[in-house]
Amino acid sequence: MAQVLLALAGNQNSGKTTLFNALTGSNQHVGNFPGVTVEKKVGIMKDYKDAALVDLPGIYSLSPYTSEEIVTRDFILQEHPDVIINIVDATNLERNLYLSLQLMELQVPMVIALNMMDEVKKSGNSIDVEGLSKRLGIAVVPISAAHKNGIGDLVRVVKQMVKHPSELPHCDFCKGEVHRAIHAIAHIIEDHAQDSPYPLRFAATKLVEGDALMRQALNLHEDDVHIIEEIVTSMERSLDTDREAALADMRYSYIEEVCRESVHKVNESYGQLRSERIDRLLTHKYAAIPIFIGIMVLIFYLTFSLFGAYLQEGMEQIITVFCEWLAQVMAQYAISPWLSSLILDGICVGVGSVLSFLPIIVILFFFLSLLEDSGYMARVAFVMDQLLRRIGLSGRSFVPMLIGFGCSVPAIMATRTLSSERDRELTILLTPFMSCSAKLPIYGMITAAFFPKHAALVLISVYLLGIVVAILSALLLKHTVFQGDSMPFVMELPAYRIPAFRSVLLHMWEKAKDFLHRAFTVIFVASILIWFLQSFDWQLHYVQDSAQSILASCGSALANLLAPLGFADWRIATALVSGISAKESVVSTLSVLIGGGEMELSAALATMLTPLSAYAFLSFTVLYMPCIAAFATTRKELGSWRGALFTAAYQTLSAYVVALAIYQIGSLWF
Amino acid sequence: MTLDQIQPGSGGIILQVGGSGALRRRLLDMGLTPKTKVMVKKIAPMGDPMELSLRGYMLSIRKEDAAKIEIEVMRDGTGAIGTGG
Repeated sequence: MAQVLLALAGNQNSGKTTLFNALTGSNQHVGNFPGVTVEKKVGIMKDYKDAALVDLPGIYSLSPYTSEEIVTRDFILQEHPDVIINIVDATNLERNLYLSLQLMELQVPMVIALNMMDEVKKSGNSIDVEGLSKRLGIAVVPISAAHKNGIGDLVRVVKQMVKHPSELPHCDFCKGEVHRAIHAIAHIIEDHAQDSPYPLRFAATKLVEGDALMRQALNLHEDDVHIIEEIVTSMERSLDTDREAALADMRYSYIEEVCRESVHKVNESYGQLRSERIDRLLTHKYAAIPIFIGIMVLIFYLTFSLFGAYLQEGMEQIITVFCEWLAQVMAQYAISPWLSSLILDGICVGVGSVLSFLPIIVILFFFLSLLEDSGYMARVAFVMDQLLRRIGLSGRSFVPMLIGFGCSVPAIMATRTLSSERDRELTILLTPFMSCSAKLPIYGMITAAFFPKHAALVLISVYLLGIVVAILSALLLKHTVFQGDSMPFVMELPAYRIPAFRSVLLHMWEKAKDFLHRAFTVIFVASILIWFLQSFDWQLHYVQDSAQSILASCGSALANLLAPLGFADWRIATALVSGISAKESVVSTLSVLIGGGEMELSAALATMLTPLSAYAFLSFTVLYMPCIAAFATTRKELGSWRGALFTAAYQTLSAYVVALAIYQIGSLWF
Repeated sequence: MTLDQIQPGSGGIILQVGGSGALRRRLLDMGLTPKTKVMVKKIAPMGDPMELSLRGYMLSIRKEDAAKIEIEVMRDGTGAIGTGG
């Protein structure tokens, strides 16, 4: 464990991740801190090996309303970092300093890393760094994280601060009535604050603001609460405004004063002007949506057809070659048949089929991080918000759902960008309704057997069915499980930036690592489990014919349950169960169980299903729980088994209800 | 007049921020405080949300939330971007 703990805090879009990468290199991992639910990255400082740097969530303020904000303030107060590095976007100084003032109130040594100074200069403007530092009473280091300028200076200042702890940030930036109120309240709560982890001034300020968490944490006496409220009321009366507005106004007024003295702005920021020009096209009234569709089609084409398909095939070939080699080796050493079956049919097939998704995921995340880091994702949310708010979500959920048409796994992983926990959970639940590309073989099989003349129509209707069920589910869940307000949609539209290549690569690597980790843990175990069910009967005898296996008998039991949906055949039920390992295996299992090629499959299907029940079967496959890889991702992203199981149960239940309705109502006509 | 009624290209000075709870706090935190100059840049293609310019950056909020912000219209519409109030 490093001896020195540093925290990196700052606004979203301030270049925080770029600075974090520049400071730590590839030396990062996801850290766990007690009592903190949000994942945080930790890295050892490249030029300061004794120090660990924690990347705190990107936030705009320390209000007690979002989990990120609460996490940040709790982390700083509980872990007592030796120094806070507060990254500030110099081209957007006013709003960035708002967080800085609140961080200073936490009474931890702090340095401001004034980022994007190169752009300030390029625009012909200047900032009096020394003056700013003097005015704020803390060190300010001009840097450019993207070009790695000033990073050395920043590290030097941080080292200095750790070695010679100087005085803490003084933060007397209030005046008049607010000043009086804060000091009066500070006087009252002095003893309580000493017993709490909160610095006195921070606690007093929060009480003026009416922060409920603080009131509880301080354990105040009822009389004290009464007096405090009276002080605040009198402050409100003489300022003719309320407590929250008074404090926000006080901070911003102070910042305006500071900026007037130290910022020399003659031109509009270069990046801002460029963004306005780009947005004339990208958020244009008529062009915006076609352009967005074009970009997504291009990304899908590149990911799933052009590069992805080849790479996926290549990956599959590597896996096949490896498995064949493994089979030979095991044959040489005369390994017992069940063990070699476990390794080959269980682990290799299961883990292998999931591993083959790796290239697609890496490529997709390459494009997604380009969209995210360039600032375009915020525009997508801006353009699409109106559509999604009708179902109780915000524009931010649009992209994950869209990716769901490719693969649910990266789609669910992409919900990380959503800032609201509620929106995130709902989006994770709805995304698998977007029919993923692995289901295409199933549609191909059914349409070839039953609807050869109307294949396209059937296919489109199946995709639409998924979307309609997602919309109805959102409306239903909005009023039941996911009640409560969605986060207010108050979103910055950051200036467009050219993504840092390193950040994009690191991001890809992280997703790949994440995925590999899952492939060799959850999916590994799941593959063994499915293999076991497929290869043994209830007496635990190893069976050659999977028709005698536990899986098949489960399938038969399930078949009764599926009879009202029109597909009572045990082989179909078994195929659906094996579809949980990967959707493609619905087809492969059916072929194994029927035993034969494509022609035999079509012929056999015709005896098991009618066109109506075939359509009910299709709608069931679109909607029921996603594959084990997506399920494992859901579990990880929701952080709970309960949530993941609820999600899977909900999806399967809605599949059942919809297929039942289609078959039963359809039977009246056909 | 409230902010949602302002046409793209014009702006004004915030008089008061209504609403309550998380939303109001968020608006204040993002710099929509009384006496701040704000300009409406654009309305999203589907009619909502709107894009604002204030304190030198761009912010997007929904019209129903903008309706809670009272402003005094400024005729010239210039100078909405920039530091200082």
